[in-house]
Amino acid sequence: MATWTWFHKLSSPPHFYRIAGKMIPWYAIPAALLIVAGIYGGLVTAPADYQQGEAFRIIYVHAPAAWLSLMCYMTMAIAAAVGLIWRIKLAHALAAASAPIGASFALLCLVTGSLWGRPMWGTWWEWDGRLTSQLILFFLYLGYMALRSAYDDLTRADRASAVLAIVGVVNVPIIHFSVYWWNSLHQGSTVIRKGGPAMPPSMLIPLLMCFAGFTLLYAALACVRVRAEVLHRERNASWLKELGQG
Amino acid sequence: MSGLTTSLPRAAWLVLARDMRLAFRRWEQVTHPVVFFLMIASLFPLALSPEPSQLRNIAACVVWVGALLSSLLALESLYRADQDDGTLEQLTLSGQPLAVLLFAKTLAHWLLSGIPLVVAAPFVAISMGATGEAFGVLMTSVALGTGVLSFIGSVGAALTLGSRRGSVLLSLLVLPLALPVLIFGARATDLAMRGEPAAGPLWLLAALLILTVTLAPWASAAAVRISLE
Repeated sequence: MATWTWFHKLSSPPHFYRIAGKMIPWYAIPAALLIVAGIYGGLVTAPADYQQGEAFRIIYVHAPAAWLSLMCYMTMAIAAAVGLIWRIKLAHALAAASAPIGASFALLCLVTGSLWGRPMWGTWWEWDGRLTSQLILFFLYLGYMALRSAYDDLTRADRASAVLAIVGVVNVPIIHFSVYWWNSLHQGSTVIRKGGPAMPPSMLIPLLMCFAGFTLLYAALACVRVRAEVLHRERNASWLKELGQG
Repeated sequence: MSGLTTSLPRAAWLVLARDMRLAFRRWEQVTHPVVFFLMIASLFPLALSPEPSQLRNIAACVVWVGALLSSLLALESLYRADQDDGTLEQLTLSGQPLAVLLFAKTLAHWLLSGIPLVVAAPFVAISMGATGEAFGVLMTSVALGTGVLSFIGSVGAALTLGSRRGSVLLSLLVLPLALPVLIFGARATDLAMRGEPAAGPLWLLAALLILTVTLAPWASAAAVRISLE
């Protein structure tokens, strides 16, 4: 039972509002340090790639953005399922807060992928498997946000979009593999593969720092956005009035 | 209260029969998507060129994009009328498992919107310069694919029931989810038109159909309940 009391406590909006406010600097400061260090390492100290030259350096933004766009979708779907099953409003707030962040990372991934494609493939856009499935993921986010905005009533918006997020998360692997099977010119995964990564440590360590930094950035952004969602949802609650007076 | 006097298979059958009967009385509900399909197909030669060699290359694409769009159009009619006259509410309150009743409704919708497309697809393919040997694969793939689209679409249609803007939103929700169908269906058709074996994508389509038929009615039922709250 003890494991569940913290969960229930966390799912109460005033408590979460306070905790999340305290957590923001703990996420944001390491995120800033890691991203700055990772980008510096990637742009300055890492050697140029023997095949792709300097152009490969965009991976330090591209790959973490791709990872986060997927992770946000998973977070959104899990939070939506938790909200739907246990009727926890805060979980819905987390799902609602994650969608725009995930969509932004998906867009960032698409833009950097396109910029990377210009020197590598000679075109701004190549219908390659992974880039296309990223585009579809972006469309899934847009659909989710469109459904959310189509409902005036917040509770119904929460529950309807939760069903969509769950249906979407079942479909994401199917879409990914069907697109992958459809076409792939994309270079294989370089970070996770059998027999260790294909990168030397001088390239890999900044990349891992960027991954960690971007993930912490997501955590900080999610805290800010969920706090805003809580304020919006609880705008008539008494604890907020007390908070404002106190 | 007399309890449940109707058995579940019979209730599902009644829902299916009712939808079929209603559609046959309002025939345009069935014919409009097919006319739309034929119109979309006729856009491509006009926009591209009347050159048969070019058209043959895009035949599979035309059939599949047309089928996808016209089945989206047909989705509008799936729940809207039943929501307006309260039938959907009665189905929800009937005490029968809603997912099974919605399965019957979606099956009726597939019979009414998918099968006409299966019949129309070879005509479009002929007009694009395809030859007869690919028709078996073409019709099988359209039959399987429209089935998947109906079941995915029923979730989308149920989700947009309670919202303010219906049809564009429905397309936004359903199109990304329907892309695997487009990929496998067009690939199967394309392979068959080139005289190559198309069993692989057809099996994948069949697997998708089984998956969606198994899972989608439950999601639709949850969505209908939320929309009716």
